[in-house]
Amino acid sequence: MMDTTLSQVKREYERYIGRKLLFVIFTSTLIIVVSGISATLGSYPISVSEVYSIILKCLVSNPESTKESIVWNLRVPRILLAIIAGAGLASSGAMTQGILRNPLATPYTLGISSAAGLGAAIAIILSKGIFVGKYIIIGNAFLFSLIPTFVILALARFKGATPETMILAGIAMMYIFSAITTILMYFAEPEAVKSAYFWMIGDLGKSSWEIIPMIFMSLLICFALLMWKAWDVNVMMISGDEVAKSLGVSPERERMFIMLVSAFLTASIISFTGTIGFICLVAPHICRIMIGGDYRYLLPASALFGGALLLTCDTIARTILAPVILPVGVVTNCLGGPMFLYLLIKRKKEYW
Amino acid sequence: MKIRIKGLEFSYDSIQALKDVTIDIYESEIVAVVGPNGSGKSTLLKCIDKILKPQRGIILINGKDLKDFSQIEIAKTVGYVPQVVKQLFPATVLEVVLMGRRPYLGWKCSKKDLEKVFAVLKLLNIENIAMRDFNELSGGQQQKVLIARALAQEPEVLLLDEPTANLDIKHQLEVMEVIKKIVKEKGITAIVAIHDLNLASRYADRIVMMRSGKVFAAGEPYKVLTPTNIEKVYGVRVKIIEFDGIMHIVPLDFP
Repeated sequence: MMDTTLSQVKREYERYIGRKLLFVIFTSTLIIVVSGISATLGSYPISVSEVYSIILKCLVSNPESTKESIVWNLRVPRILLAIIAGAGLASSGAMTQGILRNPLATPYTLGISSAAGLGAAIAIILSKGIFVGKYIIIGNAFLFSLIPTFVILALARFKGATPETMILAGIAMMYIFSAITTILMYFAEPEAVKSAYFWMIGDLGKSSWEIIPMIFMSLLICFALLMWKAWDVNVMMISGDEVAKSLGVSPERERMFIMLVSAFLTASIISFTGTIGFICLVAPHICRIMIGGDYRYLLPASALFGGALLLTCDTIARTILAPVILPVGVVTNCLGGPMFLYLLIKRKKEYW
Repeated sequence: MKIRIKGLEFSYDSIQALKDVTIDIYESEIVAVVGPNGSGKSTLLKCIDKILKPQRGIILINGKDLKDFSQIEIAKTVGYVPQVVKQLFPATVLEVVLMGRRPYLGWKCSKKDLEKVFAVLKLLNIENIAMRDFNELSGGQQQKVLIARALAQEPEVLLLDEPTANLDIKHQLEVMEVIKKIVKEKGITAIVAIHDLNLASRYADRIVMMRSGKVFAAGEPYKVLTPTNIEKVYGVRVKIIEFDGIMHIVPLDFP
C-alpha cells in the first residue's frame, strides 16, 4: 500500500519536472518562431522568402544591397538585442525577488533605473549643442546605475541591513535620483529634455552589430554565475536566513554576490536600451505561476520567457503604427500589465 | 556525551539573552528546554546551530569545539526546525524537504538525494502530500514537513523550536510521537524548546528549565518540574497529579 503511494509520488514528481522542461522548450521555440516572424515585418516591403535568403547569405558575406542592409544591419541586431535584453532583465528580476524574498523586488525597485536615467540625463543635457558621443551617455548611465547597488551593499555590509531595509533604501534612492533628474530637466534646453525623456522610456533603436557581442557576453557570464547560485537562492527563498545558515548557506554573502551580478547585468543592458521596465518584474512571476519556484528551472525559464516577451513587444511596437515606431517600454507595460493581471486573477491556488 | 555546553553567554545588542549556561546532553535522548517567554530557549538552540555566535563560552559536539566546524559540517551534524511561518513564494513539500539535502549537494541533485528525501517523507508518513503546496497544508502537516527537511540533512542532533505551538492536541501528540520515533530509530539527539510542560514531562528524558537566560534547574522531569520550581520560574502555583503513570501539571493560581 505504502509503496504504491511512494511510487505514485515519484511518477508525479517526474511529470512535474517534465512540465518544467516542456515550458523551457516551449519558450525557446517561441523565441525562434517570433524571431522568424519579426524579421519579415517592417516598413520596407521585403518578401518573406527574400528575408530568409538574405539572412542566410549574410551569415557568410557582407550585405550589399539596401534590402540586405535593412534586414541584416537593422532588423537582425534589433531582434537579438530584444532577446538578450529581455533575458537579462528577467533573470536579474527573478534572482532579486528570490534573495530579497519579496515579490515586488527588482533591480528597478533598488534604484538602478532612476540612477541610470540621471546618468544619461546628465550626459545628454550637459553636453547640449555639442555632439554627444553615444558611448558617453551609455558609460555615464552605466556608472550611475551602479551607485544605488553599492550604497545598498554597504548598508548590508556595515549596518547589517535586512532585505526589507535594502528595498526601502532602494526606493528612497529612486526618489532622490528622479528628483535630481527633474531639476536638471527643468532648467535644460527643450531639445535635450526631449532626448533625455525618450532615453528614459527605453527602446531598442540603438541596436547595432557593434553592441551585440558586448551585451551578449555580459548576459552569458552573469547568467552562468546566477545559475550557479540557483540552489542557494532556493534555500534562502524557501527557508529564510536562519534556516539557510543552518543548511550551510551564508545568506549575507550570497545576497551581496547575487545583487552585484544582477545589478551589473541590468546596468549593462539598460545603459544601451534605456529603462525598459516591467519585464524584470513580470516575466519571473508569470513563469513562477506556470512552473513553480525552483530556481534551477525558474531562472532559465524566466530568461527565455523575458526574451520572448520583449521581442514580441518590440515587434508590435515596430509594426502597430508603422511607419511610426513606438518605444518598446510603452508596449511592454501595455501588454505585460494586463497579461499579469489576468494570470493573477485566473490562478488556481494562493500564490503568496 | 553528545553535546557539552560550558559558560555560554550571548547578548543581542544590549540585552543579555544567555548567562553562563552550562548543560550536558547525552546521545539519543530528548531534552526539553522549558521556561517563560524570553528566557533564552530559542537563543540557546540558535547558538548550538551556530546561527548565532555566542560571545563567551564553548559548545562541544562529539567533543569537537563548534568554532572548528565549517558551516557545511554543522549542516551535516545539526538539523534545525524553526517555528512554522508562511512561505512567501510557492514551493511544494518535496521542494522544501529537498532543501535539507543542500549541505550534500553540488549543483546537481542526484537520484540518491531524491531517494533519501522520499525515505524521510515515508518515515514521517507524509509522502501522500509530497506534491502539495506548503502553504496549503495544515499547521501540523507543515511542522512535519519542516522536521522532514531537518531529517533530510541526516543530522546527529535535531533542534526544534516550539514544534507544538499553534497545533491542536492531536497534532501536538503526533509531532511529539514523531520526534520520539526518530530519536529511538535513528539514535538522534533531540533538543526541544517547548512551552507545554505536560508534553515536556511526558516525552522528554531530561528537562532544562531556564529563567532569564540562566539554567534554573536540569534533570529528570519529575525532579525539575516541581511545584516549587514552577512557582519560582513562572510565578504560577501548580499541582502535580500522577495519573496512569504520567505526571500532569495543573495550574492553580498566582501566589
